[in-house]
Amino acid sequence: MLRTAATNVLRQAKPARSAVFQYSYSMWSWLQKPKKEAPSGGVTATGSSASGSGAEQVARTMASAAGEETVTFEFCDKTFEGYNIEAPSQTTTLTKSDAIALYREMQMVRRLEMAADSSYKHKLIRGFCHLCTGQEAVPVGIEQALTKDDAIITAYRCHGFTYMRGAEPVGILAELMGRKGGVSQGKGGSMHMYAHNFYGGNGIVGAQVPLGAGIAFAQKYNNEKTCTVALYGDGAANQGQVFEAYNMAKLWDLPVLFVCENNKYGMGTAAGRAAANTDYYTRGQYIPGIRVNGMDVLAVRHAIAYAREYATSGKGPLVLEMKTYRYGGHSMSDPGTTYRTREEIQHMRSTSDPITGYKARILEAGIITEEEIKSIDKSAKKLIDEALAKAKAIPEPPASDLWAHVYKEGSDIPYLRGRVPEETHYYNVD
Amino acid sequence: MDPSVEPIRGLDLGVAHSKLLLRTVSDVRSNAELQHAGVADGETKKMNMCQAVNDAMRTVLATDETSVVFGEDVAFGGVFRCSVGLAEEFGRERIFNTPLTEQGIAGFGIGLAAMGHTAIAEIQFADYIFPAFDQIVNEAAKYRYRSGNEFDVGGLTIRTPCSAVGHGGHYHSQSPEAFFAHVPGLKVVMPRSAVQAKGLLLSAIRDKNPVVFFEPKILYRSAVEQVPVDDYELPLGKAEVLKPGKDVTVVGYGSQMYALENAVQMIERDMPGVSCELIDLRTILPYDIDTVMESVNKTGRLVVAHEAPRTQGFAAELAAEVQERCFLRLESPVQRVCGLFVPHPLVFERMYMPCAVRVYEAIKNSLSY
Ligand SMILES: Cc1ncc(C[n+]2csc(CCOP(=O)(O)OP(=O)(O)O)c2C)c(N)n1
Ligand SMILES: [Mg+2]
Repeated sequence: MLRTAATNVLRQAKPARSAVFQYSYSMWSWLQKPKKEAPSGGVTATGSSASGSGAEQVARTMASAAGEETVTFEFCDKTFEGYNIEAPSQTTTLTKSDAIALYREMQMVRRLEMAADSSYKHKLIRGFCHLCTGQEAVPVGIEQALTKDDAIITAYRCHGFTYMRGAEPVGILAELMGRKGGVSQGKGGSMHMYAHNFYGGNGIVGAQVPLGAGIAFAQKYNNEKTCTVALYGDGAANQGQVFEAYNMAKLWDLPVLFVCENNKYGMGTAAGRAAANTDYYTRGQYIPGIRVNGMDVLAVRHAIAYAREYATSGKGPLVLEMKTYRYGGHSMSDPGTTYRTREEIQHMRSTSDPITGYKARILEAGIITEEEIKSIDKSAKKLIDEALAKAKAIPEPPASDLWAHVYKEGSDIPYLRGRVPEETHYYNVD
Repeated sequence: MDPSVEPIRGLDLGVAHSKLLLRTVSDVRSNAELQHAGVADGETKKMNMCQAVNDAMRTVLATDETSVVFGEDVAFGGVFRCSVGLAEEFGRERIFNTPLTEQGIAGFGIGLAAMGHTAIAEIQFADYIFPAFDQIVNEAAKYRYRSGNEFDVGGLTIRTPCSAVGHGGHYHSQSPEAFFAHVPGLKVVMPRSAVQAKGLLLSAIRDKNPVVFFEPKILYRSAVEQVPVDDYELPLGKAEVLKPGKDVTVVGYGSQMYALENAVQMIERDMPGVSCELIDLRTILPYDIDTVMESVNKTGRLVVAHEAPRTQGFAAELAAEVQERCFLRLESPVQRVCGLFVPHPLVFERMYMPCAVRVYEAIKNSLSY
């Protein structure tokens, strides 16, 4: 796997160094009094005053029981907010290699989306294409808190999740271009990608949420200690079937984490114009919830780990709200600037970017050097460039694939008519 | 489509070159239906289908105080810009965005219409109408009947963009008209052009029954006509004979009309002496069987085409009805040219579509049977 190769380089982490670090809480700037913006990248080692505690927080590194070095980060005040449940703890500890992997994977997802963006502009991608640029911390943070036996299902903004669930970039890019080597054999396109325990990639807004409850029921039925993460947007949160799913999940205490990716807009509609209550983490009413700073990959990881523990210990579902932001338009055909200002986008990019922020944080913590960061960035670009070149060379599926997979092979209706009689596709002919 | 292949051979295809459109003012002046509607001699304006839909809604909003327009993002103009400017002109209390809630949109519209108001709802894509299917089929369609005429939702019109655009994939391409054409109590309409869209939409909105109004989205920008500025209605339930002919009847609706037009042009070029009668059904429920029957009784042959899959598609209904009514006049089996029986494909859309070449083959088969 691509990722292991890259990890090895970084495993030779430098010796532990204590560093003074506090995360700049600019993600919450729209909730808080305006404050000074950090010069470049928006994150500084000393952080801002937004935590309110005034105390300087320390990122500590030490050796774990398994001998691997670990690092502990502290969150500032507004990172989590609980609804009928205690919020996750204010510190998180992970191995250095995991900490570095978070950075690398976010960079990979961003590069992947950049490749999708340029391929679309070069007319290599037909149809709809929704990028998750700006929201990388969500798929990356979630994946590291899960096991491969846990399940994920989401809507059409699915490239990042597909990659994090283990699909190769070449398969994702090939799928975008409708090529045979794509993760869905070229038949799904941007909105319909799948991987091991990743149930897609769904086009009908909200429809994936009750599926998540069904998947979780099967997990519970099988006595697995696993859970399902069912994601949806702030817009989708208003679909009736989301609430139908909540009810079933709580009624039967299913191990499902309903995760609302609140990026502030559903297409051109600001969340507040579509929802009577925009505290999405409270909308399960009888289901406890947690609001999470979704621009902070460590917060996402930490909250999901906490929530996973809750759900898999038989306590039932939770509703999590990841506050995040998409930089681009809703899809490639939306410039994304008619319903929000360019300043707003620029402000989010410069003060809350999940990658820039996290980079500063791990540098501050002393678990990585500028050089190593550069080498990760370079290798991410290289890996994606190579994947893109490979994907482009893959042919489209053959015409016979048009008729494949309408029904289960062997149980098909006898034939499907073609365009002309000679083309009629017969199944089950021995 | 490759213009060099048989049987296209250099013919200019598609709506851009169509002779079915009323491109000039004199086309409008000489149009019998518009004359009948009393607007053929009035002022016209060049509009595409999107603007014509907008114009129809503006006309209603200006004349019917109870009318409102709602749906996802419609106050900003909607994803296809059909309602652009209406909120500014008529106020945000009358043109408003709904949350993402198709079932809610339909149900809300039904309640509003039950109060005697004019409810013009937009479902952003026809592919998203299925969450609203229950409300439309079980509530809207049956309200009058089950209440013994006490209540009705005649004021409800649901507009929704449908059909293929070349790259829409599974959920931005479907033509689900047949699902609704199966439901007593509903009317189902699909226009082919700007002039048609304005007149039919005005009729649909004012009709005293719930109407599902499908707008082939590929025509929004591409179907440009001189459209009468005045208020006019085109009749629901009435097909239009676009071109008289004696040898074969070719029937369709919506954007499929342009594939049919091209197929007819190719047939008439390649088979000198043959003439085809081209009919736009326009309303799919209730459909104008009389016009089709009259034509088939004359030609003895019928080809029906639509983009939706062939199996259980609307063409099957028409074929069955025609064989029952015109059995002794038929010279050959009714031919259906439709989408393939697979989910609307992404990469294979060109193979899926009932394109002009396939229609051409079907007409030939019908003629040479
Ligand atoms: C049932 C349904 N209705 C409408 C749409 C069209 N649509 C696609 S995405 C979208 C907005 C969804 O917004 P949100 O849930 O916030 O997700 P985001 O795009 O922000 O990730 C809409 C209206 C759809 N795909 N399905
Ligand atoms: Mg959103």
